[in-house]
Amino acid sequence: MKKILINNSLKINIAVLFVILMSFGCKKNETQELDDRSWKLVWSDEFEGDSLSQPDSTKWTYDIGNGQGGWGNQELQSYTNSPENVSLDGAGNLLITAIRNGDNITSARIKTKGLYSQKYGRIEARLKTPYGPGIWPAFWMLGDNIDEVSWPQCGEIDIMELRGQAPNIVAATLHGPGYSGGNPITKSFALPNDRFDAKFHLFAAEWDEDKIDFFVDDFLFQRIEKKSVTNPWVFDQSFYMILNVAVGGNYVGFPTSGTPFPQTMIVDYVRTYQKAD
Amino acid sequence: MNTFIKFQFKSVLIFGIVLLTSLAGCKRDLEELTPPDYPTDPNVFIDGFSANLIYAAFGGSNPKAFQVDKEVTYNNSAASMRFEVPAVNDPVGAYAGGSFFTTVGRNLSGYTALTFWAKASQSANIDIVGIGNDLGANKYQASVSGLAVNTNWKKYYIPIPDPSKFAAERGMFFYSEGAESGNGYTFWIDEVKFEELGTIAHAQPAILLGQKDTINSFAGITTQIGGLSSVFNLPNGVNQTVDLVASYFEFFSSNEEIATVNSTGVVSVIGGPGTAVITAKMGGKEAKGSLTIITGEPFQTAPVPTNNPNDVISLFSEAFPNVPVDYYNGYWAPFQTTLSEDFTVGGDNILSYTNFNFVGVQFSDPIIDATTMTHLRLDLFFPNDIAPGTQFKVKLVDFGANGVYDGGDDTNHTITFSSPTINTQNWISLDIPLANFTGLASRAHLGQLIFEGTNVSNFYADNIYFRR
Repeated sequence: MKKILINNSLKINIAVLFVILMSFGCKKNETQELDDRSWKLVWSDEFEGDSLSQPDSTKWTYDIGNGQGGWGNQELQSYTNSPENVSLDGAGNLLITAIRNGDNITSARIKTKGLYSQKYGRIEARLKTPYGPGIWPAFWMLGDNIDEVSWPQCGEIDIMELRGQAPNIVAATLHGPGYSGGNPITKSFALPNDRFDAKFHLFAAEWDEDKIDFFVDDFLFQRIEKKSVTNPWVFDQSFYMILNVAVGGNYVGFPTSGTPFPQTMIVDYVRTYQKAD
Repeated sequence: MNTFIKFQFKSVLIFGIVLLTSLAGCKRDLEELTPPDYPTDPNVFIDGFSANLIYAAFGGSNPKAFQVDKEVTYNNSAASMRFEVPAVNDPVGAYAGGSFFTTVGRNLSGYTALTFWAKASQSANIDIVGIGNDLGANKYQASVSGLAVNTNWKKYYIPIPDPSKFAAERGMFFYSEGAESGNGYTFWIDEVKFEELGTIAHAQPAILLGQKDTINSFAGITTQIGGLSSVFNLPNGVNQTVDLVASYFEFFSSNEEIATVNSTGVVSVIGGPGTAVITAKMGGKEAKGSLTIITGEPFQTAPVPTNNPNDVISLFSEAFPNVPVDYYNGYWAPFQTTLSEDFTVGGDNILSYTNFNFVGVQFSDPIIDATTMTHLRLDLFFPNDIAPGTQFKVKLVDFGANGVYDGGDDTNHTITFSSPTINTQNWISLDIPLANFTGLASRAHLGQLIFEGTNVSNFYADNIYFRR
């Protein structure tokens, strides 16, 4: 009896202690139990190079121009490969900058299409987003077979996209046949009392034959399992990566007179991994 | 029983350690930053006045413009603040304006913005809303101009430019608003409180509106650094400019032998020839904008007049008491281009006219009776080379028997000067006999003195007076 009494009192005290700890609201108190996984780096770009130089042409190529229908989204920008829109900063970062000059908006979209693609594994980018209404940065992937089967049959994995009018919220999304455009499988993650443009954050997807997990700063906020998707699962093939800053369009709405320009996405690195045995 | 006490003690100890650790680990804890002398109460007006809050209307405003409203409130809360903006010519007051301040300062250094919800009976732009106005020194006043409100409730933010300055602040909220297109209207503000928001980012302070200005100057001149503001990006991604006072900034001179700058942003040019660049920081962050001062040889002030003050009617001089003057630059639309950049050298005020074509000096209240005077005396300085064909004209206007401008009885006369009387880089003392103004029917009702120029882009003037 005595012993039980003691234990109870200790338990209560520990409980009080936890309540107090939580109430102080320090960030990142939340912890997750994740599967143990061992990753082996298979591809990366650390964006080392001279200021104003172009990203490594053995790793990245460009989408140029206005795209059909504003890249399918009524986006306003014209993509270029000009250093003012896309270049290294000389300090180990890639800069993708949206510039408004009157009604003319330029930006950049780079991709590993034809240069590198990967099936399964971990794909991550550490970056700082731009901001402002109508600004739409993204780190995402498209199926390698897009030219044969077209979109959305090729599949699309959006690891990070953000609406500049809500600079504290990112979304991770899958598009495929029957779940594309305005009706994808998507989930948002909001930073508590902080913003994704204030400092660098790590955005990652971990992907295998059964599921795709999405992480912000190694916090798992979205798991999409193959068995829960009733429409065709189109994620058992190689995908290539894309980094871009769009302006305007269906997803984000139009920039306003209050949107600050220029707006730059700063990318520290992109790394991909496969499971180590 | 013994064991029980021991365990309890131990857990309290652990609790204490964890508590300390968690405190140290948190960003910006209120208790950590400043002594707990001042309350940290973030609430200004939630459903009524918060502790020690007082309201006072600004002078000349409608003293009843502000009322507590229990009908129209945000989110069906118990009460809101209602502001009735008077129409133009409303006898109750010319505008709505006042300050909410506390009798005891509050320590708001742990917050980053004042937030509130607002709506209005019509779309409108509230002239000024702000913080840091305590109806006293207003040392850390910060304000937003032209706040756009409409008929829907919307949340608004006034970022605290540098929270460390708000350790003992009494100015919680102030506003000033006049009629919209002549019409009065009503706006409501509710849930006014300070918040610690990590979603306000990218502070960009600026001086001189963010411009890199360059001026040519002289030792003895003082000039005020203006255009003080900071941009903040709000949680909706939109930039908000906050207008600031000098005490938020730290000012620097690159060359203190040429120019110094004090804590209120007053630049004193003290030497030359040479160059000094004035810059500033807010909260340790470099402000956009700078003032480059290029000084030449020391500025020669005009000779000090020696007339007996009893024999003088002075319009502009430090040597005599001056009669009332309506203005030294009438900015007569639409043809006048002349701007005024008046300055002070060693306590001597100088009129400086730039982009000159003509400019009027008016003294209508009262008009001047110069019948006992014999001369118009003025000192002029032309800093630039005198181009061929340069003319400088001095015109006197008498308002006639009715004593007011126009009315059909005004008379005037213009006297023209040119090179070599007009020359550069010297004070020229013109002493013009009033008898030469032959076109004047009388000089008992003088109301205006007008300067006109041809090929004169700018000049300085001092010691303008009638004498006998």
